[in-house]
Amino acid sequence: MSLRDLALATALGFALLLFLVAFLADRMPGERQRWFASPLVYTLSISVYCTSWTFYGAVGSATRDGLEYLTIYLGPTLVFIGFWSILRKILRISRRDSITSIADFISSRYGKSDTVAAIVTVLALVAAAPYIALQIKAIATSFQVLGAAGEDPGGSASMVPDTAVALWITVGLALFTILFGTRSVDINERNFGVVAAIAIEALVKLVALVAVGLLAVYGVADGPGDVFARMAESVQPRPEDFGLRWVGLILLSGAAILCLPRQFQVTFVENQSERHLLTAAWLFPLYLLVLSLFILPIAVMGQATLPPGSNPDMTVLTMPIAAGRTDIALLAFLGGFSSATSMVIVSCIALSTMISNHIVMPLALRSSAVRLEGGGDVQRFLLRARRAAICFILLCGFLYMRTGAGGAGLASIGLIAFAGAAQVLPALLGALYWEGANRRGAVAGLIAGGAVWAYTLFLPTILGGLDAWDALAAAGPEGLAWLRPDALFGMQAGDPLMHALFWSLLLNTLAFVLGSLTRLPTPIERLQAALFVRVFSDRGGAGTVRGRAASADQLFDLAQRIMGPDRAYAIFRRYAASRGEATEFPSVDDAFVAHLERRLAASVGAASARAMILSVTGSETISLDELVRIADETARLMEYSAEITRKSDEVERAAVQLRAANERLRSLDRQKDEFLSQVSHELRTPMTSIRSFTEILVGTPDLDARERERFIDIIHAESIRLTGLLDEILDMAVIERGEPERPPEPVDPAAALDQAIDACLGLSRTAGVRIERSGAARAARIMGNRSRLTQVFINILSNAIKYGARENAVIRVTERAGEGSYVATITDNGPGIPPEEARTIFDKFSRGRAGETVAQGAGLGLAISHAIVERLGGTLRLEPSDTGARFEIRLPLVADGSVLNDVQSPKRSHSSSS
Amino acid sequence: MTKRILIAEDERNIAESLRFLLTRAGHEVSLAADGDEALAMLRRAPPDALVLDLMLPKRSGFDILKTLRAADETRALPILMLTAKGQANDRRTAEDLGVDAFVTKPFANDEVVETVARLLDGGGHG
Repeated sequence: MSLRDLALATALGFALLLFLVAFLADRMPGERQRWFASPLVYTLSISVYCTSWTFYGAVGSATRDGLEYLTIYLGPTLVFIGFWSILRKILRISRRDSITSIADFISSRYGKSDTVAAIVTVLALVAAAPYIALQIKAIATSFQVLGAAGEDPGGSASMVPDTAVALWITVGLALFTILFGTRSVDINERNFGVVAAIAIEALVKLVALVAVGLLAVYGVADGPGDVFARMAESVQPRPEDFGLRWVGLILLSGAAILCLPRQFQVTFVENQSERHLLTAAWLFPLYLLVLSLFILPIAVMGQATLPPGSNPDMTVLTMPIAAGRTDIALLAFLGGFSSATSMVIVSCIALSTMISNHIVMPLALRSSAVRLEGGGDVQRFLLRARRAAICFILLCGFLYMRTGAGGAGLASIGLIAFAGAAQVLPALLGALYWEGANRRGAVAGLIAGGAVWAYTLFLPTILGGLDAWDALAAAGPEGLAWLRPDALFGMQAGDPLMHALFWSLLLNTLAFVLGSLTRLPTPIERLQAALFVRVFSDRGGAGTVRGRAASADQLFDLAQRIMGPDRAYAIFRRYAASRGEATEFPSVDDAFVAHLERRLAASVGAASARAMILSVTGSETISLDELVRIADETARLMEYSAEITRKSDEVERAAVQLRAANERLRSLDRQKDEFLSQVSHELRTPMTSIRSFTEILVGTPDLDARERERFIDIIHAESIRLTGLLDEILDMAVIERGEPERPPEPVDPAAALDQAIDACLGLSRTAGVRIERSGAARAARIMGNRSRLTQVFINILSNAIKYGARENAVIRVTERAGEGSYVATITDNGPGIPPEEARTIFDKFSRGRAGETVAQGAGLGLAISHAIVERLGGTLRLEPSDTGARFEIRLPLVADGSVLNDVQSPKRSHSSSS
Repeated sequence: MTKRILIAEDERNIAESLRFLLTRAGHEVSLAADGDEALAMLRRAPPDALVLDLMLPKRSGFDILKTLRAADETRALPILMLTAKGQANDRRTAEDLGVDAFVTKPFANDEVVETVARLLDGGGHG
């Protein structure tokens, strides 16, 4: 068996092992699954950062450019140790909003815009092509090196990979990734299997590189001393080391650890617990340190022992072979295989999610290729889209490798991809720290940065060599020399990477800032801005859009087509149970719709989830009330947002106020809605009688005169009832608005009571009720409005008459003044008020059912009286009493007008026939 | 043949007009002013049709509807429900509970009379 066949068998066996691990991790019962959810596994999965670029390419880079390879480790180390707060903030938001990818994250922040998501996706896809190409190339060349181990010990022929081998590897990777990555559509159902496999591959990388390193130091060289001695000769410090390019590369790799789709996937999307990040903050830099430790010894010993013209990118493989250690060579091959496959799997999962959620799904929704209203299995459609996307991504990588760029060193191909991914950085940092950043800025920055990157760095690598491009590159488009791709604005830089990085990030940031400053954000952008920038102070789901109507069935229908019936059913059931509802489906309200939107967002991204939910809830089903409510809330939010930007030091407090105001508004809205529905009901009742009897009068010519008169009387009485009702509602509105009708003046409450009793005489006489008055409150004065106070007394007296005893009815009225208060009580000898009604007696429209047919008003009388007395600074209460209902009115006296008088002598007695 | 109709309506004047209309249409009409009374009368002598107000004192129209539909002897009783609330979800609830017709107040007299006639003809779900 040749070494290459052995390697092939090892690779296949290893792939099988990975499948087994992934399978077990996914199937494992919850208890033991927790082992995979450890911070160690999380950290190892983050090291998917180290691809075959760092595994093979770092040695190549060290051979070619000295210590420069270190920058690729330094950037992420700095971010994880020094800028840990950025990671924590992104993680908190991602977990809260069930973010599915970096495109989803950016688009969520900028108003859930699918345009932004699509731009980030395209940019990420283009930037990924060189990166994937790098992995294909690394595996292909490693096979070639193993195949030609005898005749070509330095692997010099492997500089350009064999197309057929590369194609087979591409196909294999596509199959591998599809089998691994597209089993479940809800990628936020965290994928234990993939993460576990990635963690194992991370260990293999580490062990393999350390093994080769130890071989270099102790097998090939005579210990560390020997290595250091040779290092001094071969690695000369160069003037450009630690210079501007260093700073640029550190910045670039720091940006990459945040912006690369696969890093975002493992660090934020697959994260199990925020605490794991604490471990990763030191463990991941440690992993990088160990991995980088042996790069230099391997490079030095490779140069020393391999023939001139060797492929420096393959030293990790060729050196063990040359040293006769095929076992270590095989381990190294496995390490390289692990580096490449883990990168490809995670990148493809991340990118295919982005493509299906942000490009395929919005297009399908727009062209109604996916029908949400019936039929159509969205879940299967999404899975197919993802599989197709994976094939497409790998094809892009393969094609890129076939271009001229395929011949470049692994590290320089990787840096092109880094620079592309870094274009997301301004929009990402703006999303986290600048509330003023908005959609226009994000779109402008991403397009500007992406275009400059493509023009100055990406296109030259694939078009370089074509005559048309070379002519353009030499003279500039249309002869405009200042637009030459390698010397924008006449800046002659010897280093195309730094030239491209400088201009793309500068113009990106400028466009981002200017775009954001030249347009006011829309309400949803403001809302999302506040929810992102102030994630730590702003807990809770303030970001829910409200007023969306749909039935539980419609929503279930939608949900089951995205996530399958079982999971959808479980979500509905669990939600209903959490609310204490015994039904299968919860009652649909704004909170549930928002909950469901978040769950859908976990499958298809925020923008698509929003569009889907809207397609079901539909704007046409939003009632006028709800529109008003949403408009009110939006207006209020905008008011607050404006204030917040003005006073940045009050941000924390304003957020709290915003929530409180929101809550208040919500409860006021509910009360208002209830009130309106009650008013409508109350108005309809007399209207019904009026209309019905009018129709009877019109449609019955043969009606006898007595009946005709009775019906006209009813119409008349109901009209009066309607008028009284309208008066009460208007009264209520005036009093509740709290507008002073007239400046308060000293009022004699006893005189107001006299007037009220007089006004009720007619009514009491008809009903056969006697009113007995006792006590006295001479010269008492309160501040207020006499007619309003009289109205209160009349309301309570007439209630007592209406709801009091049917026979031998007596109403006892007492009053006294003293200790700063005027107190009047009105007691009837009727059946009293049942305890269950006593609590709500002062609420609007709460009316004792017993006497309803006698009542003239809408049941607003006590509510109005209560409001009036409260405005006078007093209290109106229902007192416990043995007989009938007993109301007590207590009002504060004007300081000097109080006279204590509590004589219980009868003053007057009104009576009527009984 | 005269049919017996029970009107469960707490608003006296509305009950009065309904009684007039349905009596004139040739039916024998009895009145109940609250939910308990209505249920008692229904049990004592089941009518041929029921006109049922939604917002009844003591026992709501929905409650009565549910009770009637659960019992074998009243499962098929034609029921016309009246409501002054006029909200779409009330109608849906009533239909889910098995009401035969649903009329919003204020109603047109003809509508009530014709609907009752249709229900008595057995065209309840038409």
